[in-house]
Amino acid sequence: MKKLILASMLLAGFGAVAASAGTLDQVKQKGFLACGTNPGLPGFAIPDDKGVWSGLDVDLCRGIAAAIFKDASKVKFIPLTAKDRFTALQSGEIDVLSRNGTWTQSREVELGLLFAGVNYYDGQGFMVRKKLNIASAADLGGASVCVQQGTTTELNLSDYFRSHGGVKYEPVVFATADEAIKAYDSGRCDSFTTDVSQLYGERLKLVNPEEHIVLPDIISKEPLGPAVRQGDDQWYNLVKWTHFAMINAEELGITKANVDQKLTAEQPNIRRLLGVEGDYGKGLGLDKDWAYQAIKAVGNYGEIFERNVGADSRLKIKRGLNNLWSNGGIQYAPPVR
Amino acid sequence: MTDQSVARSTSYLQTAPTPAAPPPISSRGAWGWARANLFATIPSATMTILFVLLLVWAVPDLFRWAFVDAIWSAPDGAVCRVQNTGACWAFIAPKFDFFMYGTYPREALWRVDVTLAAGAVLIAWLLWPDSPRKVIGAFLFFIVYPVVAYFLLHGSPLVGLSVIDTARWGGVLVSLLVSAVGIVVSLPLGVALALGRRSKLPFIKLACTVFIEFVRGVPLITVLFMANTMLPLFVPENWSPDRLLRPLIGVSLFAAAYMAEVVRGGLQAMPKGQEEGAMALGLTYWQRMNLIVLPQALTIVIPGIVSTFIGLFKDTTLVAIVGIFDFLRTVETARLDPAWAGPSISTTGYVFAALFYFVFCFGMSRYSLYMERRLAVGRKH
Repeated sequence: MKKLILASMLLAGFGAVAASAGTLDQVKQKGFLACGTNPGLPGFAIPDDKGVWSGLDVDLCRGIAAAIFKDASKVKFIPLTAKDRFTALQSGEIDVLSRNGTWTQSREVELGLLFAGVNYYDGQGFMVRKKLNIASAADLGGASVCVQQGTTTELNLSDYFRSHGGVKYEPVVFATADEAIKAYDSGRCDSFTTDVSQLYGERLKLVNPEEHIVLPDIISKEPLGPAVRQGDDQWYNLVKWTHFAMINAEELGITKANVDQKLTAEQPNIRRLLGVEGDYGKGLGLDKDWAYQAIKAVGNYGEIFERNVGADSRLKIKRGLNNLWSNGGIQYAPPVR
Repeated sequence: MTDQSVARSTSYLQTAPTPAAPPPISSRGAWGWARANLFATIPSATMTILFVLLLVWAVPDLFRWAFVDAIWSAPDGAVCRVQNTGACWAFIAPKFDFFMYGTYPREALWRVDVTLAAGAVLIAWLLWPDSPRKVIGAFLFFIVYPVVAYFLLHGSPLVGLSVIDTARWGGVLVSLLVSAVGIVVSLPLGVALALGRRSKLPFIKLACTVFIEFVRGVPLITVLFMANTMLPLFVPENWSPDRLLRPLIGVSLFAAAYMAEVVRGGLQAMPKGQEEGAMALGLTYWQRMNLIVLPQALTIVIPGIVSTFIGLFKDTTLVAIVGIFDFLRTVETARLDPAWAGPSISTTGYVFAALFYFVFCFGMSRYSLYMERRLAVGRKH
């Protein structure tokens, strides 16, 4: 495995040399953005009945495409599995990997990637039945917990209970998430644990989703975000600032619907973000209305969140950590100026 | 004596034979059939009873799940979630296009339909034994059709059709494409490899043997991973073949190696006299193979060939592992759709997928049986 990684790194090095023409130029030349996505994760990237992709990760790519081409449809979604996602990025097959990937040190250092931000702060959580009247994971002492086998989820679970004074719990392990959620639904366990983003998706498979709640406790850090190749700072900035522009837009109250009216707003922050004042697109290799285009196409971060995973979707994930810093969350974007 | 008196004196004689008495009631009709076939011996009777018990145990539940409690139409998953004891067939209809075409642009579906319909007509032409002008059919199917299909499905500015990237192809389209290409490429390539392996030229023999043994020595998943994960790292970005083309090549070569061994089995089974006789007639190598050896050898191994085809057809589901939206993958994805997700959706989706694969594999199997009987007519003893 080590050798394989080494070999792929070596080869990725060659790939990076070949790709040094500048990702943005290549993207413009191709005429579309190649965006690596999850083949099917509700709320993040999933095709609907008509074959149209939707989701949090998908909208980020649409936003980038809009910033570049002024046309959110100029993006090609390439479904990737967990195994081939990084090689697809290293080999230049995709321009940006927006596939609920966790930002970790080793992925940046060893795989030669850069994470351009966090578009969803995920973490492992617990789902329990409402009628158990459990308010926090600390109350789970003695509970049986359904968990998928051989994942970091299982490890996190034991770490959490060990570090909380050795609270007794009974792990019930299953080979797949499907089996685990079925067992939980049939009453085999008191609780089911996996990453929160997936807990909400799995909850939909239950007979009565409304009878179950996700506890507020998060026992691991899973910051999910878009990744790009190292060695092209302009492209890295473009992806990063498109994401930041959407967060800033939410903070400044700019939405998909009112973005045109906001063009005449007085606040300097808004004027700068929308390109009315100054030219902040130039350094990114874009026109000065880059952020306007992105917001016009997919809306601000809050809108994207609510539409795909939040209140307006069936997943009904609460903003939580993903709320703006000013509203009690940790989504914080540096200013455009 | 007059005739009349003769007739009178022999009137006790029967003019027609007595009809045979019916067999005893115990070996007649349904009861008799059951006695002979179902309860002939104690083991047989035991098996019968166990089997009936199995049916009684399974069928009513299955029937209730699939028909009685099933939901046949609903605007979204809500109804199925409330009443989740039966299948949610309502889920199939709105997702049908997705199962068929994946994310292929909806306004261009006619291109897929035309391609599939043309393919079906040509295949029927070739497979129906009594159809006329097979040579033209074969020319159209093997030479013209792939080109036309490429331009229709993929599109090209040359023919005025918008380009639809293979990343958007999916569903039944991809499953059929992968298996059709696999089948069409693997048979001739397999025959060539089998002949090569029996060749007297050492280099050809070695090359064919190494290829066959190497490919048969690695799992298909490895080949697919190699094609989709490693290959792009080894070749420059622009040379890297299309994401769908890679597994197509991988699957075809893989099937060809298996096919080669099946065909070689048939060649091995041919009496040596056949080829020697052909030699004595002064036929060249290719004449001997085409006229004498291969027609007989291939007939012998029809079951093996079709088994390989069926295996290949089912193996196409493995392309999902490298991120290609084949039919099974579309079912897997559709069942996660928040609008539908529910307790009964997964089972419904998988049962539907199983039916689809069964229909195709069973069809292939029946056709092969039919061809076997037909071709064996001349060799019946």
